[in-house]
Amino acid sequence: MTDASDGTLFAQVRDSANRADPYPLYARLRVRPVARQDDGTFVASGYAAIRALLHDPRVSSEDLPPAEHPPTGNPVKDWIVNPLKDWVTDRHRPFIFRDPPDHGLLRRQVMGQFTIARVQGMKRRTEGLVAQCLERCAGSRHFDLVDDLAYPLPVTVICELLGVPREDEPRFHAWATQLATALEPESRHDEALRARNTETFDAIADYMRDLIREKRRAPRDDMLSGLATAKDPQAGRMSDPDLIATAILLLIAGHETTVNLITNGMLTLLRRPRELARLRADPERAPRVIEELLRYEPPVHFRTRVARAPIPVAGTVIPEGAPLVLLFAAGNRDPARFPDPDRFDPDRADNQHFGFGGALHYCVGAPLARIEAEAALTALAARLSNPRLAEDPPPYRPGASLRGPKRLLLHIDGIG
Amino acid sequence: MRVVVDLNRCQAYAQCCYAAPERFVLQGDEILVYDPAPPASDRAAIDRAVQACPVRAIRVEHDALAERAA
Amino acid sequence: MRDGTIVVAGASLAGLRGAEALRAHGFAGRLILVGDEPHLAYDRPPLSKHVLTGEVAPGATTLPGVGALEAEWRLGVKALGLDRAGRTLLLADGERLAFDRLLIATGARARPWPAPEEARLSGVHTLRSRDDAASLAAGLAARPRRVLILGAGFIGCEAASSIRALGLPVTVVDPEPAPLAQALGSVIGGFVAGRMEAAGVDVRLGARVTHLEGDRAVRRARLADGGTIEADLVVVALGAVRNTGWLAGAGLRADEGGLSSDGACRALDEAGRPDEAIFAAGDVARFPHPLYGHRPVALEHWGNAVAQGAHAARAMLHGADAVGAYAELPAFWSSQFGLNIKSLGLTEGADAVAIVQGSPRAGRFLAVYGRAGRTIAAVSVNAGRWLPAYEGPIRDGAPFPPITGGADQPDPEPVPPGLPSREAA
Repeated sequence: MTDASDGTLFAQVRDSANRADPYPLYARLRVRPVARQDDGTFVASGYAAIRALLHDPRVSSEDLPPAEHPPTGNPVKDWIVNPLKDWVTDRHRPFIFRDPPDHGLLRRQVMGQFTIARVQGMKRRTEGLVAQCLERCAGSRHFDLVDDLAYPLPVTVICELLGVPREDEPRFHAWATQLATALEPESRHDEALRARNTETFDAIADYMRDLIREKRRAPRDDMLSGLATAKDPQAGRMSDPDLIATAILLLIAGHETTVNLITNGMLTLLRRPRELARLRADPERAPRVIEELLRYEPPVHFRTRVARAPIPVAGTVIPEGAPLVLLFAAGNRDPARFPDPDRFDPDRADNQHFGFGGALHYCVGAPLARIEAEAALTALAARLSNPRLAEDPPPYRPGASLRGPKRLLLHIDGIG
Repeated sequence: MRVVVDLNRCQAYAQCCYAAPERFVLQGDEILVYDPAPPASDRAAIDRAVQACPVRAIRVEHDALAERAA
Repeated sequence: MRDGTIVVAGASLAGLRGAEALRAHGFAGRLILVGDEPHLAYDRPPLSKHVLTGEVAPGATTLPGVGALEAEWRLGVKALGLDRAGRTLLLADGERLAFDRLLIATGARARPWPAPEEARLSGVHTLRSRDDAASLAAGLAARPRRVLILGAGFIGCEAASSIRALGLPVTVVDPEPAPLAQALGSVIGGFVAGRMEAAGVDVRLGARVTHLEGDRAVRRARLADGGTIEADLVVVALGAVRNTGWLAGAGLRADEGGLSSDGACRALDEAGRPDEAIFAAGDVARFPHPLYGHRPVALEHWGNAVAQGAHAARAMLHGADAVGAYAELPAFWSSQFGLNIKSLGLTEGADAVAIVQGSPRAGRFLAVYGRAGRTIAAVSVNAGRWLPAYEGPIRDGAPFPPITGGADQPDPEPVPPGLPSREAA
């Protein structure tokens, strides 16, 4: 069997045995930039094909209610066609699972609250939070980047932006952790896990419903108050189900992804001490380092779509109704687009990566992620004394899409 | 500094507006207005904007003479 | 070629990017840029937009790249003539520049008001250069009672938008039934007309100004139907003519429509043979576009100046065969009345247009143009992220309309685009 016709490559990508280094599998997939898998899924792994599909109006993000998409029995296909169907009714779909024109209206309302002033305002605060995390570990010779910094930081940041009361934050940490598991296809096999996710979804929805009522009663300067009270000239006031769905989306999406960006980032730098030293010597390199990390080790390896109509692309035709995987992390390493793609090079010119996706669904939280990553990585580079990886590769969390270490243990001589 | 944005490439992702809000502004849905001659003191913010642009549409030239003078 | 002398006639965008590409591809010889304006190369698109509104100073638009380029600049000096046999460029100050290769990038100038004595009335402006924009901005600062814009092409419409943003009364007159009719047709142009009217512009379509009147300063315009429009500031926005007059007698195929060149950007002589030493790029170049049946086109597009300047540079250094035919997909943008309009391909000759995504009512849409059943162009209005999907279909000449069955797609109903016939234009 030749590589290109191996219809199990994407199944191998999802196999946790390949989590530490999926890139050789991506290279094999790219032999066919859009490859049909044995289960009927189409996987786009070439840069040009991914770019074309991202912009193609036939490529749908719609997550339709269960009645319109009865289960097929193929878990991957069911997951792609309807990732959240266990928990979401037609009125509870966040904009990440919507197509135009609804998508545009909802997203515009969110962007209207995700203001430059609010995001910029979090910059100082984020730097302060990073410093606090490091203070807590002062005097220690060990540091778990995940638990000690990368995990707590994004939840606190998004809770403060949304306007979640500080005393409720611990609940959000637990909810975010639980719901991240729902984003992986393998979660569909596990009945117990699905039950827990359903409970969590209900709990968070109930909490949000109450919080939104409170925000309407006494609005503050935060995103949730803004979303609950603002009126879009075209869409009017956002409905409660949309508001709840949006708030949950922002919580989850802003969480695991940023953890991965920071953790994969530090892992990459620790494997290249010269790059870490350069960042330490010149913190203004951070924007370049972060963009290259987004290409080289992106926080989200793939996103899924469905073909609304037959789509000719890269010498094949994706049939109507076919589930589709956009393998961003493979496109980011496509030698046809990036010279020497497997080299980590922050000075790379023309770095148009898929680290935040692209086109209509380009990551809303990208500016916030950049701020958090820059605050964390520059502080770590500056303040960790003689950091070494305690285990390489580190253990990974189960996710193949939201891929990142479960822990990243470092030996250090101290924190400066 | 001298700045030019290739507005054929620009898709109004607004990442430059977050990175350097004093120098890049979106008017309406997707009309980008930018300062083509920002001061040398904005170098770090402009560099963030260049790096953050998802379609790499921003080109900058630092004025060596002006910066030496400053 | 790595050494010798290369002269670039025209020191604006195409000339600058061409010169940069020469250096980037290893040219180590003498490089001279000749420009008739006294300014270093600057960016023109802001002149009709944010420079008029005062958001950007006219002098602030100098282009990146001018500082690092290792070249000699001859600024404020016109090229007067070309001695092809002697491989020499003649300058207005008497200097004769010998060259091994010449890149002609002298661009275009605003088409003047046809009656010179009326064009000389104070208050009558054209808008092409940085100095034009500064002069117009100064005129606007004096708060004229009404601004009259002659021509509803892109420059005229953008100027109307900027001047309305200043709160000044604006009238636009154009003989076509819609603004932007030449480029987009009256269907899409009609949508823009609605936005213009909503912004308070007095839009006079199907009308023609025959005379500008006033003593010393312009006072009014007389229309073909006998009516008049009182205005104390007039912007003549009637398109551009290519700067090829200085090539008279050089034996090249050149006229107001451009300097003919081949796919490798080599200038053609009167017999249609390419001159191996003389190249053309940017607004002035009229070249056969492979995507449009090798029809000669001259594009006044920012992106064309950049890409063609670079293509010509590679052809100059590595030879015509090494670079192949220039085939950049035409693209431009315009912003006006809160709309960002982007275009791919060429609408010329289209017999159908269809709105294939979004809707004018929602204020964002994508229109595709077809010719004889093939896709030739796409235009997005406040929907720039939808446009890249149409690159492939335009390049491939895909059946029209090219993409169906997508999200937010109405059942496309192609209609005639309302493009004026060439003769009428």
